[in-house]
Amino acid sequence: MLFPAPKNSDPTGANRVVVTGAGIVTALGIGWQKNAEGFRAGRNAFRPVTLFDVSRQRSKIAAEVDLPAELPTTKLSPNSICRLNRASKMLLIAAHEAWTQAGWNAVENLPVVIGTTSGEMAFGENYLQQAVRFPYSKKAQPTRVVHYQAQQQGLDLCNAFDFSGPVTIVSNACASGANAIGHAFEMLRGGHAEKILTGGYDSLCQLTFAGFDSLQALSTTPCRPFDAQRDGLTLGEGAAILTLETLEHARKQNAEVLGEITGYGATTDTHHLTQPHPEGKAAFAAMTSACACAKISPEQIHYVNAHGTATPHNDATESVAINRWATDHAKNLPVSSTKTCIGHLLGAAGAVEAVACLMALRGQWLPPQISLHKIDPACNFEIVRDPVDKKIDTALSNSFGFGGANAALIFRRWP
Amino acid sequence: MSRIFVHGLGAVSPAGWGVPALRDALKRNSPVQTQTLVRPGWKKPLHVRPVPEPVSRPVFFDHPRLRRANLIAQFTVAAALEALGKNVSLVQGGWIRLGIIVGVMAGGVNYSRRFYEEVLQNPRTASPLIFPETVFNAPASHLAAFLGSEMISYTLVGDDGTFLQGVALAAQWLTDGKVDACLVIGAEETDWIVADAMKLFRRKTIHGEGAGAILLKKDSGSGAIAELAVITDSFPFTQSQSRAEAARRMRAHLPSCASNELLCCGEQDTTENAAWKDWAGARLAPKAILGEAFVAFAAWQCVAACESIRQAEFTAANISVVGVNQQAVGARFLACAGAG
Repeated sequence: MLFPAPKNSDPTGANRVVVTGAGIVTALGIGWQKNAEGFRAGRNAFRPVTLFDVSRQRSKIAAEVDLPAELPTTKLSPNSICRLNRASKMLLIAAHEAWTQAGWNAVENLPVVIGTTSGEMAFGENYLQQAVRFPYSKKAQPTRVVHYQAQQQGLDLCNAFDFSGPVTIVSNACASGANAIGHAFEMLRGGHAEKILTGGYDSLCQLTFAGFDSLQALSTTPCRPFDAQRDGLTLGEGAAILTLETLEHARKQNAEVLGEITGYGATTDTHHLTQPHPEGKAAFAAMTSACACAKISPEQIHYVNAHGTATPHNDATESVAINRWATDHAKNLPVSSTKTCIGHLLGAAGAVEAVACLMALRGQWLPPQISLHKIDPACNFEIVRDPVDKKIDTALSNSFGFGGANAALIFRRWP
Repeated sequence: MSRIFVHGLGAVSPAGWGVPALRDALKRNSPVQTQTLVRPGWKKPLHVRPVPEPVSRPVFFDHPRLRRANLIAQFTVAAALEALGKNVSLVQGGWIRLGIIVGVMAGGVNYSRRFYEEVLQNPRTASPLIFPETVFNAPASHLAAFLGSEMISYTLVGDDGTFLQGVALAAQWLTDGKVDACLVIGAEETDWIVADAMKLFRRKTIHGEGAGAILLKKDSGSGAIAELAVITDSFPFTQSQSRAEAARRMRAHLPSCASNELLCCGEQDTTENAAWKDWAGARLAPKAILGEAFVAFAAWQCVAACESIRQAEFTAANISVVGVNQQAVGARFLACAGAG
């Protein structure tokens, strides 16, 4: 039953929630190892866009993923595999890595909670183009209609790993991935499930690229978050999936734990549809709420993976919010934005950056921003500029989106 | 176990603006008049069931965030404000911590299509005013801004059953004490591209638009309309579980027919009929009357069922949602006096 809650549910949220598998696909590569190496070195994966025509756009670069020739073996039928497009493939690859790492088996009633902004939008674009150019042609149109929709990508995961359960798609713009993980965390914490497959995905598509370009939010050069001369974001694509379990369940399964999620906060910025409140009230509230959830103070956060898009508005607001939230601790607080390596992954951003935090906690290093020229003086905190090893026990990840969706997640090193 | 109560209902539908218009249309039990919609490249138009113009212009249309907003945002806000009723000022005054959950399937498709058409013509002149309105969570954002609500807000995407997933999520937020009240809204808007796409699968189905909203609280005091008794599991349509099997399993989670109870289902297609063949009581099947409006339709089902409980026509109502392409999920609401 989705309602009433199971008898063993606990509104006080006493269950501890751990990550037992993580899969990641970005322009840095496929899988944990390649991405960890890239983030640790601060490698930049931007290149000219090849997926669609950008000749009439201001910006012409993005962080495109090189997809492998073959997908991992799953229980998807050959026909289903043929119908997968770019976003679905990235999601499937990430999910396969996480699922395999966690050693999960097919089960009944395994919830899926994933975030995306646009599902398989390229199919939607193709549908419209054909519908206008060839109004009476139905060729391939039914497939595009079905597979354009985000719920189909969730069902593809059910079919790929032969499980069943509620598929929840959170679409809170660029906070979608973080909100999805946060929602899964709260379900586990409250005893609504024992394990959940969660994360986020988004692929590059012409509509979104042109949209951000129309807003003049795209930089013509690789993005430089928190740089005094930053001039916009750079888009990327990818997917990240986490297998989350209650600690009790993970222990019963003798699962290897990659890290713990201890806090989640979500708020709404009502200032403007695309611009954050200059004082960062909602961002501050999300970070504060996440800390309250984790029962820790900002001084106990050892690294912040910032939303850090490199737009003038976002970074200014986030700086104000972090300064206010961290107070005197700010000057000793390392902060960086991994978007400097892989761009802004929109609905996947929060999930991919969650995995980046887990990598940093596991490896005891901080992801640097190599491309930074001159730090915005508004930042009272330390921006990580060079690869560095560092003992860190907790990390906070920020995700902010259009519509004022704000989310913060807190991760703890394990053990 | 926390008990959850429905405290407000709102609807914008092809029948008009407000729950009374929806109720009247369902009472008449005759399909709402269709209208034609030009389908570019076709000689014949498409037939849809749009929301009629409001009798008087709602004041909220003049809000800075809603002047240029798409229709789906206007429907969302109208249904939400009706469901909130006198609670609007309490939310705006910060007295009630309000959660907002909006469920959509096609979402703001009109602006998405328009923006992409502009991109295809010339991306340099594509409108930066339209693009932000294309995100799925734009309606939820506009509603939160109108109400000044800075609490948690999710936009969920999926088929019809997403509305009931949203209701379950609201119950979780209320139980956990995250919010004092929660609005759950299902909303859709029509466009030729959605009506065109639907024809590929169901030639006779007429696309409708609008929104439905319910306001949930833990409080059973004055103003409670009905009690949320059950939301079944979500049974997804997968390689190993057909739509029919999912519908059958959903039905098995809801009780047998008792006197003075209502079943509010979809269009009574063969799948849904087979799942509910044992049901001998009253049935309401609004899809033939209002059209297919995905998540908004499931919201209207709940609104209609709860309204019939408020009017003391039934002591309980079961909701059957066998979605178009994702899941079967059901719910049960009780009259407050019969709760427990």
